[in-house]
Amino acid sequence: MSITEDDIPLLRVSSLSKSYGARVGCQDVSFELWPGEVLAVVGESGSGKTTLLNCLSTRLMPTSGTVSYRMRDGDWRDLYRMSEAERRFLMRTDWGFVHQNPADGLRMTVSAGANVGERLMAVGDRHYGRIRETATDWLGRVEIAEDRVDDEPRAFSGGMRQRLQIARNLVTAPRLVFMDEPTGGLDVSVQARLLDLLRGLVTDLGLAAIVVTHDLAVARLLSHRIMVMKEGHVVEAGLTDRVLDDPHAPYTQLLVSSILQV
Amino acid sequence: MNAPVESIATYNFAYLDEQTKRMIRRAILKAIAIPGYQVPFASREMPMPYGWGTGGVQVTASIIGPDDVLKVIDQGADDTTNAVSIRAFFQKVANVAVTTQTPKATIIQTRHRIPEHPLAEGQTLVYQVPIPEPLRFLEPRETETRLMHALEEYGLMHVKLYEDIATNGHIATTYAYPVKVKGRYVMDPSPTPKFDNPKMHMSPALQLFGAGREKRIYAVPPYTDVISLDFEDHPFEVQAFDKPCALCGAENVYLDEVVLDDRGGRMFVCSDTDFCERRREAGHGGEMGAPVEGEIG
Repeated sequence: MSITEDDIPLLRVSSLSKSYGARVGCQDVSFELWPGEVLAVVGESGSGKTTLLNCLSTRLMPTSGTVSYRMRDGDWRDLYRMSEAERRFLMRTDWGFVHQNPADGLRMTVSAGANVGERLMAVGDRHYGRIRETATDWLGRVEIAEDRVDDEPRAFSGGMRQRLQIARNLVTAPRLVFMDEPTGGLDVSVQARLLDLLRGLVTDLGLAAIVVTHDLAVARLLSHRIMVMKEGHVVEAGLTDRVLDDPHAPYTQLLVSSILQV
Repeated sequence: MNAPVESIATYNFAYLDEQTKRMIRRAILKAIAIPGYQVPFASREMPMPYGWGTGGVQVTASIIGPDDVLKVIDQGADDTTNAVSIRAFFQKVANVAVTTQTPKATIIQTRHRIPEHPLAEGQTLVYQVPIPEPLRFLEPRETETRLMHALEEYGLMHVKLYEDIATNGHIATTYAYPVKVKGRYVMDPSPTPKFDNPKMHMSPALQLFGAGREKRIYAVPPYTDVISLDFEDHPFEVQAFDKPCALCGAENVYLDEVVLDDRGGRMFVCSDTDFCERRREAGHGGEMGAPVEGEIG
Protein backbone atom coordinates (compact mmCIF):
# COMPACT_ATOMS: atom_id res chain seq x y z
CA MET A 1 0.00 0.00 0.00
CA SER A 2 1.33 3.39 -0.92
CA ILE A 3 1.46 6.28 1.48
CA THR A 4 -1.39 8.71 0.80
CA GLU A 5 -1.95 12.25 2.01
CA ASP A 6 -3.99 11.00 4.93
CA ASP A 7 -1.15 8.89 6.32
CA ILE A 8 0.95 11.97 6.99
CA PRO A 9 0.14 14.12 10.01
CA LEU A 10 -1.20 17.64 9.49
CA LEU A 11 0.17 19.13 12.67
CA ARG A 12 3.20 18.14 14.75
CA VAL A 13 3.53 19.52 18.26
CA SER A 14 6.70 18.83 20.21
CA SER A 15 7.40 19.75 23.83
CA LEU A 16 5.27 22.84 23.79
CA SER A 17 5.40 24.86 27.01
CA LYS A 18 3.95 28.18 27.98
CA SER A 19 4.54 29.82 31.32
CA TYR A 20 3.21 33.10 32.61
CA GLY A 21 6.21 34.18 34.67
CA ALA A 22 6.53 31.61 37.42
CA ARG A 23 3.11 30.13 36.68
CA VAL A 24 2.71 27.25 34.29
CA GLY A 25 0.20 27.53 31.48
CA CYS A 26 0.96 24.24 29.81
CA GLN A 27 4.06 22.10 30.08
CA ASP A 28 5.79 19.79 27.63
CA VAL A 29 2.86 18.91 25.39
CA SER A 30 3.60 16.75 22.34
CA PHE A 31 1.22 15.14 19.87
CA GLU A 32 0.43 14.73 16.20
CA LEU A 33 -2.84 15.42 14.47
CA TRP A 34 -3.86 13.65 11.27
CA PRO A 35 -6.11 15.00 8.52
CA GLY A 36 -9.77 14.44 9.28
CA GLU A 37 -9.10 13.69 12.92
CA VAL A 38 -10.90 15.35 15.81
CA LEU A 39 -8.91 15.71 19.00
CA ALA A 40 -10.62 16.76 22.22
CA VAL A 41 -8.67 18.45 24.97
CA VAL A 42 -10.47 18.03 28.29
CA GLY A 43 -9.74 19.01 31.86
CA GLU A 44 -11.04 21.24 34.60
CA SER A 45 -10.86 24.99 34.27
CA GLY A 46 -7.35 26.30 34.85
CA SER A 47 -5.77 23.11 33.54
CA GLY A 48 -4.13 24.87 30.58
CA LYS A 49 -6.53 23.78 27.81
CA THR A 50 -7.14 27.25 26.45
CA THR A 51 -3.48 28.25 26.78
CA LEU A 52 -2.60 25.20 24.70
CA LEU A 53 -5.23 26.04 22.09
CA ASN A 54 -4.09 29.65 21.87
CA CYS A 55 -0.47 28.55 21.44
CA LEU A 56 -1.39 26.07 18.71
CA SER A 57 -3.44 28.65 16.84
CA THR A 58 -0.57 31.20 17.13
CA ARG A 59 -2.73 33.56 19.12
CA LEU A 60 -0.14 33.20 21.89
CA MET A 61 3.62 32.72 21.63
CA PRO A 62 4.79 29.66 23.58
CA THR A 63 7.79 29.85 25.93
CA SER A 64 9.43 26.86 24.27
CA GLY A 65 8.71 24.02 21.88
CA THR A 66 7.69 23.90 18.23
CA VAL A 67 4.54 23.40 16.21
CA SER A 68 4.87 22.48 12.54
CA TYR A 69 2.03 22.48 10.07
CA ARG A 70 1.86 20.77 6.72
CA MET A 71 0.78 23.41 4.19
CA ARG A 72 -1.42 22.63 1.21
CA ASP A 73 1.63 22.30 -1.01
CA GLY A 74 3.07 19.62 1.29
CA ASP A 75 5.72 21.86 2.87
CA TRP A 76 6.25 21.64 6.60
CA ARG A 77 6.37 25.05 8.22
CA ASP A 78 7.28 25.99 11.77
CA LEU A 79 4.35 28.18 12.84
CA TYR A 80 6.39 30.47 15.04
CA ARG A 81 8.95 31.15 12.34
CA MET A 82 6.38 32.27 9.79
CA SER A 83 5.92 35.98 9.18
CA GLU A 84 2.90 37.63 10.69
CA ALA A 85 1.43 38.17 7.23
CA GLU A 86 1.74 34.45 6.39
CA ARG A 87 0.26 33.44 9.73
CA ARG A 88 -2.71 35.73 9.36
CA PHE A 89 -3.29 34.47 5.84
CA LEU A 90 -3.18 30.88 7.08
CA MET A 91 -5.63 31.71 9.86
CA ARG A 92 -8.24 33.09 7.51
CA THR A 93 -7.93 30.51 4.75
CA ASP A 94 -6.70 27.10 5.85
CA TRP A 95 -7.76 27.40 9.48
CA GLY A 96 -10.83 28.29 11.46
CA PHE A 97 -11.27 29.42 15.03
CA VAL A 98 -14.62 28.99 16.76
CA HIS A 99 -14.85 31.06 19.93
CA GLN A 100 -16.93 30.14 22.94
CA ASN A 101 -18.68 33.48 22.79
CA PRO A 102 -19.92 34.04 19.19
CA ALA A 103 -19.62 37.82 19.65
CA ASP A 104 -15.82 37.38 19.75
CA GLY A 105 -15.76 35.63 16.40
CA LEU A 106 -18.47 37.54 14.52
CA ARG A 107 -18.85 41.12 13.37
CA MET A 108 -22.01 41.92 15.26
CA THR A 109 -22.85 45.06 13.28
CA VAL A 110 -22.78 43.62 9.76
CA SER A 111 -25.27 41.21 8.23
CA ALA A 112 -25.01 37.42 8.39
CA GLY A 113 -24.23 37.32 4.67
CA ALA A 114 -21.33 39.74 5.05
CA ASN A 115 -20.06 37.79 8.06
CA VAL A 116 -19.85 34.64 5.99
CA GLY A 117 -18.57 36.51 2.93
CA GLU A 118 -15.78 38.36 4.75
CA ARG A 119 -13.22 35.59 4.30
CA LEU A 120 -14.04 35.33 0.61
CA MET A 121 -13.54 39.06 0.15
CA ALA A 122 -10.32 38.85 2.19
CA VAL A 123 -8.86 36.37 -0.27
CA GLY A 124 -9.83 38.54 -3.22
CA ASP A 125 -13.34 37.58 -4.35
CA ARG A 126 -14.83 40.71 -5.90
CA HIS A 127 -18.10 39.44 -7.33
CA TYR A 128 -21.07 40.41 -5.16
CA GLY A 129 -23.48 37.92 -6.69
CA ARG A 130 -21.17 34.94 -6.16
CA ILE A 131 -20.24 35.96 -2.62
CA ARG A 132 -23.88 36.25 -1.69
CA GLU A 133 -24.75 32.95 -3.28
CA THR A 134 -21.98 31.17 -1.38
CA ALA A 135 -23.03 32.87 1.87
CA THR A 136 -26.65 31.85 1.40
CA ASP A 137 -25.61 28.30 0.62
CA TRP A 138 -23.54 28.13 3.81
CA LEU A 139 -26.38 29.53 5.92
CA GLY A 140 -28.47 26.66 4.63
CA ARG A 141 -25.80 24.14 5.56
CA VAL A 142 -25.78 25.38 9.16
CA GLU A 143 -29.58 25.38 9.24
CA ILE A 144 -30.18 29.12 9.21
CA ALA A 145 -33.14 30.18 7.04
CA GLU A 146 -32.12 31.87 3.80
CA ASP A 147 -34.26 34.93 4.47
CA ARG A 148 -32.06 35.78 7.47
CA VAL A 149 -29.07 36.51 5.22
CA ASP A 150 -29.44 40.28 5.60
CA ASP A 151 -30.09 40.26 9.35
CA GLU A 152 -27.41 41.24 11.80
CA PRO A 153 -26.19 38.57 14.23
CA ARG A 154 -27.54 40.76 17.03
CA ALA A 155 -30.99 39.62 15.97
CA PHE A 156 -29.98 35.94 16.22
CA SER A 157 -30.37 33.58 19.17
CA GLY A 158 -27.27 32.17 20.87
CA GLY A 159 -27.46 28.89 18.99
CA MET A 160 -27.91 30.62 15.64
CA ARG A 161 -24.97 32.91 16.34
CA GLN A 162 -22.78 29.92 17.09
CA ARG A 163 -23.86 28.21 13.86
CA LEU A 164 -23.22 31.43 11.94
CA GLN A 165 -19.74 31.58 13.43
CA ILE A 166 -19.12 28.04 12.23
CA ALA A 167 -20.31 28.88 8.70
CA ARG A 168 -18.08 31.97 8.66
CA ASN A 169 -15.09 29.79 9.49
CA LEU A 170 -15.82 26.97 7.09
CA VAL A 171 -16.56 29.02 3.97
CA THR A 172 -12.95 28.91 2.74
CA ALA A 173 -12.85 25.11 3.16
CA PRO A 174 -10.20 25.08 5.91
CA ARG A 175 -8.35 21.88 6.78
CA LEU A 176 -8.00 22.58 10.50
CA VAL A 177 -10.46 24.15 12.90
CA PHE A 178 -9.81 25.15 16.49
CA MET A 179 -12.81 25.24 18.80
CA ASP A 180 -12.85 26.69 22.27
CA GLU A 181 -15.86 25.34 24.18
CA PRO A 182 -18.11 25.53 21.10
CA THR A 183 -21.20 24.50 23.07
CA GLY A 184 -20.53 26.49 26.23
CA GLY A 185 -23.36 28.80 27.19
CA LEU A 186 -25.99 26.97 25.14
CA ASP A 187 -28.90 25.06 26.61
CA VAL A 188 -28.89 21.28 26.25
CA SER A 189 -31.29 20.89 23.34
CA VAL A 190 -29.48 23.57 21.32
CA GLN A 191 -26.19 21.93 22.31
CA ALA A 192 -27.39 18.60 20.99
CA ARG A 193 -28.43 20.14 17.69
CA LEU A 194 -25.14 22.00 17.31
CA LEU A 195 -23.12 18.87 18.09
CA ASP A 196 -25.10 16.92 15.56
CA LEU A 197 -24.43 19.59 12.94
CA LEU A 198 -20.74 19.82 13.80
CA ARG A 199 -20.33 16.07 13.62
CA GLY A 200 -21.95 16.03 10.18
CA LEU A 201 -19.82 18.89 8.85
CA VAL A 202 -16.58 17.48 10.21
CA THR A 203 -17.29 14.12 8.55
CA ASP A 204 -18.52 15.59 5.27
CA LEU A 205 -15.65 18.00 4.85
CA GLY A 206 -12.94 15.74 6.28
CA LEU A 207 -11.95 18.49 8.72
CA ALA A 208 -9.29 18.07 11.33
CA ALA A 209 -10.29 19.76 14.56
CA ILE A 210 -8.95 20.46 18.01
CA VAL A 211 -11.82 20.94 20.42
CA VAL A 212 -11.26 22.29 23.90
CA THR A 213 -14.06 21.40 26.27
CA HIS A 214 -14.74 20.62 29.88
CA ASP A 215 -17.79 18.64 28.85
CA LEU A 216 -16.94 14.96 28.45
CA ALA A 217 -20.17 14.33 26.55
CA VAL A 218 -19.05 16.77 23.86
CA ALA A 219 -15.71 14.99 23.66
CA ARG A 220 -17.45 11.61 23.40
CA LEU A 221 -19.70 12.73 20.57
CA LEU A 222 -17.25 14.70 18.48
CA SER A 223 -13.77 13.39 18.96
CA HIS A 224 -11.75 10.40 17.85
CA ARG A 225 -8.97 10.98 20.33
CA ILE A 226 -8.85 12.67 23.67
CA MET A 227 -6.17 14.38 25.72
CA VAL A 228 -6.74 14.90 29.45
CA MET A 229 -4.96 17.85 31.02
CA LYS A 230 -4.31 18.73 34.64
CA GLU A 231 -2.22 21.61 35.94
CA GLY A 232 -0.68 22.20 32.54
CA HIS A 233 0.37 18.59 31.94
CA VAL A 234 -1.18 15.94 29.74
CA VAL A 235 -2.06 13.16 32.18
CA GLU A 236 -3.61 10.76 29.70
CA ALA A 237 -4.18 10.54 25.96
CA GLY A 238 -5.77 7.91 23.75
CA LEU A 239 -8.82 6.94 21.74
CA THR A 240 -11.88 8.66 23.14
CA ASP A 241 -13.85 5.51 23.91
CA ARG A 242 -10.87 3.85 25.55
CA VAL A 243 -10.11 6.85 27.77
CA LEU A 244 -13.69 7.40 28.80
CA ASP A 245 -14.61 3.70 29.30
CA ASP A 246 -11.34 2.57 30.82
CA PRO A 247 -9.53 5.55 32.31
CA HIS A 248 -6.03 4.72 33.52
CA ALA A 249 -4.82 7.87 35.23
CA PRO A 250 -6.33 8.53 38.66
CA TYR A 251 -7.30 12.04 37.62
CA THR A 252 -9.16 10.78 34.54
CA GLN A 253 -10.96 8.23 36.69
CA LEU A 254 -12.02 11.06 38.98
CA LEU A 255 -13.13 13.18 36.03
CA VAL A 256 -15.16 10.39 34.45
CA SER A 257 -16.79 9.44 37.73
CA SER A 258 -17.84 13.02 38.42
CA ILE A 259 -20.22 13.12 35.43
CA LEU A 260 -23.70 13.63 36.77
CA GLN A 261 -26.08 10.80 35.96
CA VAL A 262 -29.65 11.76 35.26
CA MET B 1 -10.29 89.12 15.22
CA ASN B 2 -10.55 92.64 13.90
CA ALA B 3 -7.41 93.91 15.61
CA PRO B 4 -5.13 95.94 13.36
CA VAL B 5 -2.37 94.05 11.61
CA GLU B 6 0.39 95.65 13.70
CA SER B 7 -0.84 94.00 16.90
CA ILE B 8 -0.03 90.53 15.58
CA ALA B 9 3.35 91.50 14.22
CA THR B 10 4.98 89.29 16.80
CA TYR B 11 3.48 86.18 15.23
CA ASN B 12 5.74 84.18 12.94
CA PHE B 13 4.88 84.13 9.22
CA ALA B 14 1.80 81.93 8.71
CA TYR B 15 1.18 81.61 12.47
CA LEU B 16 3.17 78.42 13.18
CA ASP B 17 6.76 78.65 14.45
CA GLU B 18 9.50 77.43 12.13
CA GLN B 19 10.26 74.26 14.11
CA THR B 20 6.63 73.19 13.92
CA LYS B 21 6.51 73.88 10.18
CA ARG B 22 9.67 71.83 9.76
CA MET B 23 8.11 68.92 11.62
CA ILE B 24 4.95 69.11 9.51
CA ARG B 25 6.92 69.41 6.26
CA ARG B 26 8.83 66.25 7.16
CA ALA B 27 5.53 64.46 7.68
CA ILE B 28 4.29 65.80 4.33
CA LEU B 29 7.44 64.63 2.52
CA LYS B 30 7.06 61.18 4.02
CA ALA B 31 3.39 61.13 3.03
CA ILE B 32 4.26 62.06 -0.56
CA ALA B 33 6.93 59.34 -0.64
CA ILE B 34 4.38 56.70 0.44
CA PRO B 35 1.15 57.64 -1.37
CA GLY B 36 -1.95 56.99 0.73
CA TYR B 37 -0.06 56.13 3.91
CA GLN B 38 -1.19 57.99 7.03
CA VAL B 39 1.82 59.68 8.63
CA PRO B 40 1.41 60.58 12.31
CA PHE B 41 2.42 64.11 13.23
CA ALA B 42 2.41 66.25 16.36
CA SER B 43 -0.71 68.26 15.61
CA ARG B 44 -0.80 71.68 17.29
CA GLU B 45 -3.55 73.65 18.91
CA MET B 46 -4.84 76.14 16.37
CA PRO B 47 -6.91 79.23 17.08
CA MET B 48 -10.09 77.45 15.94
CA PRO B 49 -12.00 74.42 17.18
CA TYR B 50 -11.29 70.87 16.05
CA GLY B 51 -13.60 70.04 13.19
CA TRP B 52 -13.09 73.45 11.59
CA GLY B 53 -10.11 72.33 9.57
CA THR B 54 -7.19 72.50 12.00
CA GLY B 55 -5.39 69.77 10.06
CA GLY B 56 -5.78 71.51 6.72
CA VAL B 57 -4.77 74.85 8.22
CA GLN B 58 -1.57 73.38 9.66
CA VAL B 59 -0.66 71.82 6.31
CA THR B 60 -1.37 75.08 4.47
CA ALA B 61 0.59 77.10 7.05
CA SER B 62 3.59 74.81 6.57
CA ILE B 63 3.70 74.99 2.79
CA ILE B 64 2.57 78.56 2.12
CA GLY B 65 5.09 81.20 1.03
CA PRO B 66 4.75 84.98 0.51
CA ASP B 67 4.26 84.53 -3.24
CA ASP B 68 1.46 81.99 -2.99
CA VAL B 69 -2.11 82.74 -3.94
CA LEU B 70 -4.64 81.07 -1.67
CA LYS B 71 -8.18 79.92 -2.34
CA VAL B 72 -10.33 78.41 0.40
CA ILE B 73 -13.56 76.55 -0.25
CA ASP B 74 -16.14 74.99 2.02
CA GLN B 75 -18.43 72.49 0.27
CA GLY B 76 -17.41 74.13 -2.99
CA ALA B 77 -18.35 77.65 -1.88
CA ASP B 78 -15.92 80.51 -1.33
CA ASP B 79 -18.32 82.56 0.77
CA THR B 80 -19.36 80.33 3.67
CA THR B 81 -18.19 80.80 7.27
CA ASN B 82 -15.42 78.22 7.30
CA ALA B 83 -13.93 79.40 4.01
CA VAL B 84 -14.19 83.10 4.87
CA SER B 85 -12.57 82.75 8.30
CA ILE B 86 -9.68 80.54 7.12
CA ARG B 87 -9.03 82.89 4.21
CA ALA B 88 -9.07 85.89 6.57
CA PHE B 89 -6.76 84.02 8.94
CA PHE B 90 -4.07 83.55 6.31
CA GLN B 91 -4.48 87.09 4.98
CA LYS B 92 -3.80 88.29 8.50
CA VAL B 93 -0.97 85.99 9.61
CA ALA B 94 0.79 85.50 6.25
CA ASN B 95 -0.35 88.53 4.32
CA VAL B 96 -0.70 86.41 1.17
CA ALA B 97 -2.79 87.14 -1.88
CA VAL B 98 -6.15 85.40 -1.96
CA THR B 99 -8.48 84.59 -4.78
CA THR B 100 -11.70 82.77 -5.47
CA GLN B 101 -10.66 81.73 -8.97
CA THR B 102 -9.40 78.18 -9.23
CA PRO B 103 -6.91 78.69 -12.09
CA LYS B 104 -5.24 81.65 -10.32
CA ALA B 105 -4.66 79.86 -7.00
CA THR B 106 -1.43 78.04 -6.14
CA ILE B 107 -2.81 76.53 -2.93
CA ILE B 108 -6.45 75.57 -2.55
CA GLN B 109 -7.61 74.52 0.89
CA THR B 110 -10.83 72.59 0.65
CA ARG B 111 -13.47 71.15 2.85
CA HIS B 112 -15.10 68.30 0.94
CA ARG B 113 -14.99 69.34 -2.73
CA ILE B 114 -12.56 69.34 -5.61
CA PRO B 115 -13.11 72.41 -7.84
CA GLU B 116 -14.89 71.77 -11.14
CA HIS B 117 -12.22 73.67 -13.10
CA PRO B 118 -9.46 71.12 -13.86
CA LEU B 119 -6.40 71.54 -11.66
CA ALA B 120 -2.98 72.09 -13.23
CA GLU B 121 0.60 71.21 -12.46
CA GLY B 122 2.06 73.35 -9.71
CA GLN B 123 -1.21 73.63 -7.81
CA THR B 124 -1.66 72.06 -4.39
CA LEU B 125 -4.99 70.93 -3.02
CA VAL B 126 -5.14 70.76 0.80
CA TYR B 127 -8.01 68.72 2.25
CA GLN B 128 -9.43 69.14 5.74
CA VAL B 129 -9.97 65.61 7.04
CA PRO B 130 -12.14 64.69 10.02
CA ILE B 131 -11.45 60.93 10.19
CA PRO B 132 -8.48 59.72 8.15
CA GLU B 133 -8.91 55.98 8.78
CA PRO B 134 -11.14 54.36 6.13
CA LEU B 135 -11.47 51.18 8.21
CA ARG B 136 -12.38 53.00 11.43
CA PHE B 137 -16.12 52.28 11.55
CA LEU B 138 -15.53 48.61 10.77
CA GLU B 139 -12.56 48.07 13.06
CA PRO B 140 -12.35 50.40 16.05
CA ARG B 141 -8.87 49.30 17.22
CA GLU B 142 -6.09 51.56 15.93
CA THR B 143 -3.48 48.82 16.53
CA GLU B 144 -5.48 46.47 14.34
CA THR B 145 -6.16 48.94 11.50
CA ARG B 146 -2.45 49.82 11.33
CA LEU B 147 -1.62 46.14 11.04
CA MET B 148 -4.26 45.71 8.35
CA HIS B 149 -2.70 48.54 6.33
CA ALA B 150 0.77 47.12 6.86
CA LEU B 151 -0.26 43.65 5.69
CA GLU B 152 -2.56 44.97 2.96
CA GLU B 153 -5.59 43.19 4.44
CA TYR B 154 -8.39 45.15 2.86
CA GLY B 155 -11.14 42.53 2.65
CA LEU B 156 -13.01 44.38 5.35
CA MET B 157 -13.44 47.45 3.15
CA HIS B 158 -15.42 45.32 0.73
CA VAL B 159 -17.55 44.05 3.63
CA LYS B 160 -18.80 47.61 3.97
CA LEU B 161 -19.63 47.84 0.26
CA TYR B 162 -21.28 44.39 0.46
CA GLU B 163 -23.48 45.67 3.30
CA ASP B 164 -24.45 48.65 1.18
CA ILE B 165 -25.63 46.47 -1.67
CA ALA B 166 -27.34 43.99 0.66
CA THR B 167 -29.28 46.83 2.34
CA ASN B 168 -29.93 49.19 -0.57
CA GLY B 169 -29.48 47.17 -3.74
CA HIS B 170 -26.57 49.35 -4.84
CA ILE B 171 -23.43 50.85 -3.30
CA ALA B 172 -25.05 53.62 -1.30
CA THR B 173 -21.85 55.20 -0.01
CA THR B 174 -21.93 58.66 -1.58
CA TYR B 175 -19.11 60.41 0.23
CA ALA B 176 -15.83 59.32 1.85
CA TYR B 177 -15.87 56.58 -0.77
CA PRO B 178 -12.76 54.41 -0.23
CA VAL B 179 -10.03 54.47 -2.86
CA LYS B 180 -6.87 52.49 -3.45
CA VAL B 181 -3.82 54.67 -4.07
CA LYS B 182 -1.09 53.47 -6.41
CA GLY B 183 -2.25 49.88 -6.00
CA ARG B 184 -1.25 49.74 -2.36
CA TYR B 185 -2.90 51.78 0.41
CA VAL B 186 -6.63 52.09 0.85
CA MET B 187 -7.39 55.72 1.66
CA ASP B 188 -10.33 57.80 2.79
CA PRO B 189 -10.56 60.74 0.38
CA SER B 190 -12.05 62.81 3.26
CA PRO B 191 -15.80 63.34 3.03
CA THR B 192 -15.73 64.56 -0.57
CA PRO B 193 -18.71 63.32 -2.62
CA LYS B 194 -17.78 60.25 -4.64
CA PHE B 195 -18.52 62.46 -7.65
CA ASP B 196 -15.03 63.91 -7.13
CA ASN B 197 -13.21 60.56 -6.82
CA PRO B 198 -12.37 60.31 -10.56
CA LYS B 199 -10.77 63.78 -10.39
CA MET B 200 -8.20 62.46 -7.91
CA HIS B 201 -7.01 59.82 -10.37
CA MET B 202 -3.88 60.96 -12.26
CA SER B 203 -4.42 64.55 -11.14
CA PRO B 204 -1.61 66.91 -12.17
CA ALA B 205 -1.95 68.73 -8.83
CA LEU B 206 -0.42 67.64 -5.54
CA GLN B 207 -3.07 66.54 -3.03
CA LEU B 208 -2.36 66.82 0.70
CA PHE B 209 -4.67 65.66 3.48
CA GLY B 210 -4.47 66.98 7.05
CA ALA B 211 -6.40 65.60 10.02
CA GLY B 212 -5.73 67.83 13.05
CA ARG B 213 -7.66 66.04 15.76
CA GLU B 214 -6.54 62.59 14.60
CA LYS B 215 -2.96 63.84 14.06
CA ARG B 216 -2.45 62.30 10.62
CA ILE B 217 -1.18 63.61 7.28
CA TYR B 218 -1.41 61.72 4.00
CA ALA B 219 -0.89 62.62 0.37
CA VAL B 220 -1.46 61.75 -3.27
CA PRO B 221 1.44 62.96 -5.44
CA PRO B 222 0.70 64.28 -8.94
CA TYR B 223 -0.09 61.68 -11.60
CA THR B 224 -0.86 58.84 -9.20
CA ASP B 225 -3.41 56.06 -9.67
CA VAL B 226 -6.44 56.56 -7.43
CA ILE B 227 -8.96 53.78 -7.98
CA SER B 228 -12.36 53.62 -6.27
CA LEU B 229 -13.12 50.20 -4.78
CA ASP B 230 -16.07 48.26 -6.18
CA PHE B 231 -17.43 44.83 -7.12
CA GLU B 232 -17.18 43.27 -10.57
CA ASP B 233 -20.96 43.10 -10.83
CA HIS B 234 -21.53 46.45 -9.08
CA PRO B 235 -18.95 48.79 -10.62
CA PHE B 236 -18.16 52.23 -9.19
CA GLU B 237 -20.23 55.05 -10.62
CA VAL B 238 -20.66 58.72 -9.75
CA GLN B 239 -23.88 60.55 -8.98
CA ALA B 240 -25.90 61.75 -11.97
CA PHE B 241 -28.24 64.74 -11.90
CA ASP B 242 -31.50 65.01 -13.85
CA LYS B 243 -31.24 68.72 -14.56
CA PRO B 244 -28.41 71.15 -15.27
CA CYS B 245 -27.51 73.94 -12.83
CA ALA B 246 -30.49 76.33 -12.46
CA LEU B 247 -28.25 79.40 -12.59
CA CYS B 248 -25.59 78.65 -15.19
CA GLY B 249 -26.95 75.62 -17.01
CA ALA B 250 -23.80 73.55 -16.44
CA GLU B 251 -24.09 69.78 -16.88
CA ASN B 252 -21.94 67.01 -15.42
CA VAL B 253 -21.09 69.09 -12.37
CA TYR B 254 -21.95 68.48 -8.71
CA LEU B 255 -25.14 70.26 -7.70
CA ASP B 256 -26.47 71.46 -4.34
CA GLU B 257 -30.16 71.48 -3.54
CA VAL B 258 -31.46 74.84 -2.34
CA VAL B 259 -34.88 74.97 -0.72
CA LEU B 260 -36.70 78.10 -1.87
CA ASP B 261 -39.92 78.18 0.13
CA ASP B 262 -42.08 76.02 2.39
CA ARG B 263 -44.28 74.80 -0.47
CA GLY B 264 -41.80 72.39 -1.96
CA GLY B 265 -39.99 74.89 -4.17
CA ARG B 266 -36.34 74.06 -4.73
CA MET B 267 -33.52 74.59 -7.13
CA PHE B 268 -30.33 72.76 -7.97
CA VAL B 269 -27.23 74.90 -8.37
CA CYS B 270 -23.51 74.31 -8.82
CA SER B 271 -21.83 73.49 -5.52
CA ASP B 272 -18.68 75.18 -6.89
CA THR B 273 -19.78 78.84 -6.63
CA ASP B 274 -16.75 80.26 -8.43
CA PHE B 275 -17.25 77.91 -11.39
CA CYS B 276 -20.92 78.94 -11.59
CA GLU B 277 -20.14 82.67 -11.50
CA ARG B 278 -17.46 82.45 -14.20
CA ARG B 279 -19.88 80.61 -16.45
CA ARG B 280 -22.55 83.24 -16.00
CA GLU B 281 -20.00 85.95 -16.76
CA ALA B 282 -19.14 84.03 -19.90
CA GLY B 283 -22.74 84.26 -21.05
CA HIS B 284 -24.28 80.99 -19.86
CA GLY B 285 -27.64 80.93 -18.14
CA GLY B 286 -29.98 78.43 -16.54
CA GLU B 287 -33.74 78.25 -16.05
CA MET B 288 -33.63 80.50 -12.96
CA GLY B 289 -30.64 82.68 -13.69
CA ALA B 290 -29.63 84.84 -16.62
CA PRO B 291 -26.08 85.52 -17.75
CA VAL B 292 -24.53 88.54 -16.03
CA GLU B 293 -22.51 91.46 -17.23
CA GLY B 294 -19.14 92.12 -15.57
CA GLU B 295 -17.64 90.45 -12.55
CA ILE B 296 -19.77 89.11 -9.72
CA GLY B 297 -17.25 88.07 -7.09
